[in-house]
Amino acid sequence: MTSTEANQPNPPASLRVSLFVTCLADLFRPSVAFASIKLLEQAGCEVTVPLKQTCCGQPAYNTGDFASAVPVARQLIQQFEAADYVVVPSGSCAGMICHHYPRLLEGEWRERALQLAAKTFELTTFLNDIARIKRGDRPPIELPSVTYHDSCAGLRELDIKAQPRALLQELCDTQVNELQQTEVCCGFGGTFCAKMPDISGKMVGDKLASAVATKAKILTGGDLGCLLNIAGRAIRNGEDIEVRHIAELLCGDLDDPAIGQGQ
Amino acid sequence: MTPLSARGSDGRSHLKQTSDTFLDNASAALKDTDRAQRRDKMALFMPRARDAAMDDFGQFEELRQHVKQLRQHSLEHLDHYLTKFEQEAVQNGNRVHFAENGDELNSIVLDICQQHNARHIAKGKSMVTEETGLNDYLKRAGLRVTETDLGEYIIQQAGEAPSHIVGPALHKSAAEIRELFLAKHDLGERDLSETSDMVDEARQVLREHFLNAEVGIIGANALVAESGYSMLVTNEGNGDLCANLPNVLIICTTIDRLLPRAEDATAMLRLLVRSATGQPHTCYTSFYSGPRRVQENDGPLETHIVLLDNRRTEILASDYSEMLQCIRCGACLNHCPIYAAAGGHAYGWVYPGPMGSILTPLLTSLEQSNALPNACTSCGRCAEVCPADIPLPDLLRDLRHDEAQKKLSPVRWRTGMRIHAWFTRHPGLYRAVTGMGIFALHLLGRSKGSFSKLPFASGWTSQRDFPAPQGKTFMQQLAAIQREDKARAHRETRGKQKKPTQSKPRKKSTGPASERREPVLRADWPRKPDPRKPGAASQRKARPDTSTKPRAHPGGPRGKKPRQRQPDDK
Repeated sequence: MTSTEANQPNPPASLRVSLFVTCLADLFRPSVAFASIKLLEQAGCEVTVPLKQTCCGQPAYNTGDFASAVPVARQLIQQFEAADYVVVPSGSCAGMICHHYPRLLEGEWRERALQLAAKTFELTTFLNDIARIKRGDRPPIELPSVTYHDSCAGLRELDIKAQPRALLQELCDTQVNELQQTEVCCGFGGTFCAKMPDISGKMVGDKLASAVATKAKILTGGDLGCLLNIAGRAIRNGEDIEVRHIAELLCGDLDDPAIGQGQ
Repeated sequence: MTPLSARGSDGRSHLKQTSDTFLDNASAALKDTDRAQRRDKMALFMPRARDAAMDDFGQFEELRQHVKQLRQHSLEHLDHYLTKFEQEAVQNGNRVHFAENGDELNSIVLDICQQHNARHIAKGKSMVTEETGLNDYLKRAGLRVTETDLGEYIIQQAGEAPSHIVGPALHKSAAEIRELFLAKHDLGERDLSETSDMVDEARQVLREHFLNAEVGIIGANALVAESGYSMLVTNEGNGDLCANLPNVLIICTTIDRLLPRAEDATAMLRLLVRSATGQPHTCYTSFYSGPRRVQENDGPLETHIVLLDNRRTEILASDYSEMLQCIRCGACLNHCPIYAAAGGHAYGWVYPGPMGSILTPLLTSLEQSNALPNACTSCGRCAEVCPADIPLPDLLRDLRHDEAQKKLSPVRWRTGMRIHAWFTRHPGLYRAVTGMGIFALHLLGRSKGSFSKLPFASGWTSQRDFPAPQGKTFMQQLAAIQREDKARAHRETRGKQKKPTQSKPRKKSTGPASERREPVLRADWPRKPDPRKPGAASQRKARPDTSTKPRAHPGGPRGKKPRQRQPDDK
């Protein structure tokens, strides 16, 4: 996102953002959506949540059921295409909209998908590159040591790498304690983890071991799928590491139990 | 897409295919901890070597776009370049043969060997002949074939298949190789305690084979149309010895290796070697022109080039044509965490890893190998390093599409996905069902925070706990907040002299979000201008200004064209 500065000399005082909550945040971790809203508002955005949103269609699409994914994609386009910006607290769902909708759809729908793709952003990219959130005179959020898992879709489809780290620095004065092979997949892969459990288990085991080796207290990332996977393995292995979405960290929402932790 | 026709028995490889048991193969491979650890080391080492070489080179992306264009251009004009190559190669004194399938290649090669009464064949590394099962074919005809690439020699001695397209014996430890040589070679007192002893031993043994062979067989990394030359890279020089010592040379390769000019082959070479081994160059790079000329005093007396199709023209006409851009560097294997976990043999045929998961269904049948396109998390690491810029995860997903169309995938997955998609298209129903289900899960799991077993998620819970939902869904909480705010607004309008009181703090909204709750609650779209905000309307008017427009995402959408395969995408 190096050219963003040149393209965006003066972001308007108030950006109008439609939040695509994502199904995993909606169902499993609403605090991610609330934290996202809070951050966007801190950055001076007006946030709306289209009420009929459900899912981006990735499960069907990645399983090869394109026929089922097409109407889901069209529905999402209809719900969000009037927005100025669409912000998604997930690299893989944002990647689905930005890269895969234009591939999945044809004709007029492809054009509409391209238009939506141009204004759809993953949360940390939007906060850092478009809204350019600053801490201002707020005190930095205090965090214990943090390591970061670069989720694959965000990393490779949307170039999300520097943005979450820059935000942790800006808002929390925290430098990421990098884990070895942070760019290697955690073994989630949507239905992959259920279809090929042994291989997936090996992969998430490796990821967890790398995270534990950093001695960080919190593992964070931008995709709930990966985080549910890693958290589930950490609990299974009895590892003392909290797993939380980056949005929760950035707005200092650490009161709720971490992913998979009891109340 | 153009369907690939069912494959006749004539084209079938002689290698027994076990791709259908990929999951079991992989699970068994993971239990062999010694080999699994060695694969993990390679999965760390190989990407580092490749990255270092590319960093040093500095122009990976530019050159890969160039190579991709070269490959696409050559494939789009394959008829032209094949004709040109054949003309030039024949001009140089070669005999050029075309083989439609594996058996044709095998019988062409056997015929040539028999014409020369050959008994001993020295063979360089060639994945194409692995694909056709040439060694077994020649062996059954009574010929003695010796693989001369060290890795290939090792697995030939062990009676195994290659586990990697570049390093066929990477799965074997030095200790295993030592045991193998001790068992197979007449070593006298020598115990081969050092790795260099083993290499020396293989070199001595292979020297005899080079000198005794009547026919040499090698593969090719590229065919140069303008000159009729073929290019081969090796690190051991064994290709050159196979090509130059025996009287007869047979080059076995496929029609998709063609490139227009020598400089195109060398452009590809610069990426091939760095991608494969992290070297700037292999130790040997050879261009073979043809038989020994009158004034020359070495080289083969007779040379043959066998060009195999084996479904490649079908692939070229299908939606999978990009797969033919592959230059067989093995980088996708080295970067695939699933290859690292499962190992090459788990894939059950000649080509493993991401490229193999695409080629195997295309070259054999999807029915026999539909597990392979599922051995992918779409992590994209393979496509990131692919020197031919093949969208491997997209092609794998397209194969899963074919799998679903052909109803090869488990019925519970297909039905499950359809039901899920149906629910997501009915938001009201989706909310009701997920709201109840999620809250029930939350109640059951909230004290512990996760489930170690769940009846409908055994695949998940076999390897990790299933985190319990946090509570009510976001949409339920949002609806509750909206109801509360509506009631508050109602009270305020009726609240006459009474000052508006602060409503009870919402569970979730603290800080700025609760101070400015209005935007969150307004779920209608498009929004009306906020009357409380001075200048809100004018700001909105100013928005079409291009300076505030988000720029397109880096790279833009993937995929060269919309796919043609959504029957109900009207």
